[in-house]
Amino acid sequence: MNTDAPSLDSGAKPIMTARNVDVFYGKKQAIDNVSLDIPENQITALIGPSGCGKSTFLRCFNRMNDTIQICRVKGDIRFAGQDIYDPKVDVVALRSRIGMVFQKANPFPKSIFDNIAYGPRIHSLSESKDHLEDIVITSLKRAGLYDEVSDRLDEPGTSLSGGQQQRLCIARAIAVDPQIILMDEPCSALDPIATAIIEELMDSMKEKYTIVIVTHSMQQAARVSQQTAFFHLGELVESGDTQSIFTNPEKERTQNYISGRIG
Amino acid sequence: MEQSQDLTLRRSSRASQIREYAIQGALIACSLVAIFTTIGIVASLAFEAIRFFGKIPISSFLFGLEWSPQTAIRSDQVGASGAFGVLPLLTGTLLISFIAMMVATPLGLLSAVYLAEFANTKTRNLVKPMLELLAGIPTVVYGFFAALVVAPLIRGAGEGVGLQISSESALAAGSVMGIMLVPFISSLSDDVINAVPQALRDASYGMGATHTETVTQVVLPAATPGIIGSLLLAISRAIGETMIVVMAAGLAANLTANPFEAVTTMTVQIVTLLTGDQEFDSAKTLAAFAIALFLLVLTLGLNIIALKLVDKYKKKYA
Amino acid sequence: MPDYLLTTSPQMAKRHARHRRFQWYGRIAIAISISFMVLMFTAIFFRGIGAFQKTMVAVDVQFTESQIDPSGKREDVSLKQANYKPILLQGLQQVVPEATDRRDRNQLYKILSNGAAFDLGERVAKNPDLIGTSKRVWVAASSEVDLYVKGKIDPEVPEDRRRLKNQDIAWIEKLREAGQLKRKFNTTFFTSGDSRQPEMAGILSAALGSFFSLLICFIIAFPLGILTAVYLEEYAKKSRLTDIIEVNINNLAAVPSIVFGLLGLAIFLNFFQLPRSTPLVGGMVLALMTLPTIIIASRSILRSVPQATRDAALGLGASKTQTTFHHVVPLAMPGMLTGTILGMARALGETAPLLMIGMVAFIVDVPKGVTDVATALPVQIFLWADSPEKGFVELTSAAIMVLLVFLILMNVFAVYLRRKLERRW
Repeated sequence: MNTDAPSLDSGAKPIMTARNVDVFYGKKQAIDNVSLDIPENQITALIGPSGCGKSTFLRCFNRMNDTIQICRVKGDIRFAGQDIYDPKVDVVALRSRIGMVFQKANPFPKSIFDNIAYGPRIHSLSESKDHLEDIVITSLKRAGLYDEVSDRLDEPGTSLSGGQQQRLCIARAIAVDPQIILMDEPCSALDPIATAIIEELMDSMKEKYTIVIVTHSMQQAARVSQQTAFFHLGELVESGDTQSIFTNPEKERTQNYISGRIG
Repeated sequence: MEQSQDLTLRRSSRASQIREYAIQGALIACSLVAIFTTIGIVASLAFEAIRFFGKIPISSFLFGLEWSPQTAIRSDQVGASGAFGVLPLLTGTLLISFIAMMVATPLGLLSAVYLAEFANTKTRNLVKPMLELLAGIPTVVYGFFAALVVAPLIRGAGEGVGLQISSESALAAGSVMGIMLVPFISSLSDDVINAVPQALRDASYGMGATHTETVTQVVLPAATPGIIGSLLLAISRAIGETMIVVMAAGLAANLTANPFEAVTTMTVQIVTLLTGDQEFDSAKTLAAFAIALFLLVLTLGLNIIALKLVDKYKKKYA
Repeated sequence: MPDYLLTTSPQMAKRHARHRRFQWYGRIAIAISISFMVLMFTAIFFRGIGAFQKTMVAVDVQFTESQIDPSGKREDVSLKQANYKPILLQGLQQVVPEATDRRDRNQLYKILSNGAAFDLGERVAKNPDLIGTSKRVWVAASSEVDLYVKGKIDPEVPEDRRRLKNQDIAWIEKLREAGQLKRKFNTTFFTSGDSRQPEMAGILSAALGSFFSLLICFIIAFPLGILTAVYLEEYAKKSRLTDIIEVNINNLAAVPSIVFGLLGLAIFLNFFQLPRSTPLVGGMVLALMTLPTIIIASRSILRSVPQATRDAALGLGASKTQTTFHHVVPLAMPGMLTGTILGMARALGETAPLLMIGMVAFIVDVPKGVTDVATALPVQIFLWADSPEKGFVELTSAAIMVLLVFLILMNVFAVYLRRKLERRW
């Protein structure tokens, strides 16, 4: 089923665009002719039953699929108008502009400070030790973690609770000053309270960043996002303003998923 | 109904139960061989070593700076006093092991990292069996090559630059031993590096790090305890190695840190003391057991620390 | 086009350059290790390949009865110990008649190996009908001659500094021109035991010694190892005892091999008074050394047998023993056998423990059983390597080649066995 270029009700400029994207794992097709715009400074949620390809699609945006040998991506994906699969593009630079937070928090076995300083260090973003410290503290504040760890920045990142670790990963991603943050089911391993904290965080983050989140929880998508895209069996069934998708979906499949009949 | 079931159970059970127990007993007995072997080793070494320390005080063994094992045949013989200080042997062993590790560590670790992180499947399938081959070569072959080819080569090279290098230099024996250790370090480190979870690599890539930056700043630091464990196991192997040093290193004890000189090691002395025509009881032959006990304590100590490190590391990522 | 996505920044270029450099470090490291191995094999090959040929001299010999067996009794011992030197000299003098005085005759005779006369004696004793006939026999040349013919002796060196004098060389060339001095295949290498003369030395006694030792090693270590692994994997519950056993096995795997030799010396030889320098004791020591490896490898094979197999058998009412020995063990056997053969391949190359239990003596006779005094192939290599005679360099290298061939064969056999017996489950 084809979808036309989706209309963006908010009238915001898309910071990333995808047109006719196919993704294959070897012979198996995981994503079939998907086109989607990602509006700037908003939260876009990708929803759908498990195995429908939403994570795969998400990983196209920062070319993380490159790390999987049998994965092939076809189509046109542009970041600020630039085709990110152009051979002239340096993927290392791309990933410093588009950050990622993973399903299970994966802090490095280093101190909290070093976890966050890692990105700025390799990209040489700081001019001095003080500047680096500033970046780390700012990132921690923006991730809403600073108050809880300010007195123990030298302790290992792995000594934090699950929810704190995930916020650490968010702070780590922020420290590189990206424009887009991709989140792959960031709360699926967390309890409701930690989840609530992170959802609140995402809301405050969208002023500075663009967020694309994959989630298996429709309620979460309804809570946090402004735009939602529904995936099913590798296809983009429907996308648009979150309120309309949930209260008045156009396609029957969307309606079935939202009412719990499928997935 | 239940009555008859009970009977059926009871009838066949006795004979086969006895057989079950007998077989289990036999299996336990087999397993105890491992314990008996350890007890045997410790007992035989300790027993003879204690007899040695009855003739030579333990302090002069552990702290003596001279090793020239002579024993008097007659009580009035001139030059009857022998020196049985183990320190020159220890320093010789450590010098050669150090040189070996200087060769083996960079070669082994870089090979392991390349094969685990960068090489494609074809390369890995070609190179890994070749490294296994290197690991399977008997040490007597390494020793022969060291004595016949490497030592004269190093000596000649030294003469070329005006250096006096012994034909039994620690450098010759150490460098060949290093090559022998490369596959050992490489395969242990390979396991350790592969145990680092992919999630950490993904996190690093996601932030725009190059593959090398990911390896050097995330993977290797994460793998460090495991790698140190492998290195300790390699050092233990180097210390206990016999044939390469017997064939390529010297026989005279020499308290030095100069790689160009000839030194002797603990294992060389054990072989020398026990492969002559000695009666079993003399202080010379008993000295061999004392050295062996010392060697055993050293290598077991290293192994225990190494295994603890690797264990702790594996548990972190299990 | 946002230029931050292109590799124009010098800092980005530096990072990518560092990445490429780092990969090269890895490649170089691998190349160094493998080149060393190639260098070692090449050096040994070129030094050893010559040993498979031996210089032999054809001598026209008259087996005169009065010289060999004046009593006519054809007694084995007297036939072997008769004086064959004049007979051989006579034959040589036919080609080199100018060797008349005593000194010259002795020099001429030295072209032949010391074992040539012994060799003739063996042949006559085996076939007394030779007495009274004349034959052309090929006997071994001495080691010096052999080295000269193989080009290993430098004729440029002044005469007084070498063993082979110019006159000797002239005679050798005469024999060569007459077609009576040739390089032939060195069967002695494969058919005889050790000798003080390189030209008479062979690896047979060492090879048999290794064979018998490995046989004993297998007989002891295979069942013990398998059964221990079975117990630890299938029967044992986590307890103090099993922990102690496991710790012991892991530690034993890392004990230096020479210590096992000392165990053999102190307990097998001195306490139990078992015969010294025999494959029996050698095999026992090697067995203890290989046991931890076999146990660890077998345990991992047993662990990989799917639990479903055990569940199926138990579900049918099979006892623990029946389940283990009728179902699990047969499935694991190919892998366990492979692991054992690989362990024994390592044991084949071990030298140090065998030195400790005395297998370092000079053994000429070929061992016929596990209680005959013997040496082993790696020990033979070690002894020959130590020998001052130049001729032994060649033999040592050739013996190493034979040892490596055996090792490769064992490894190939192990892999072949695993493929052949593997049952997909």
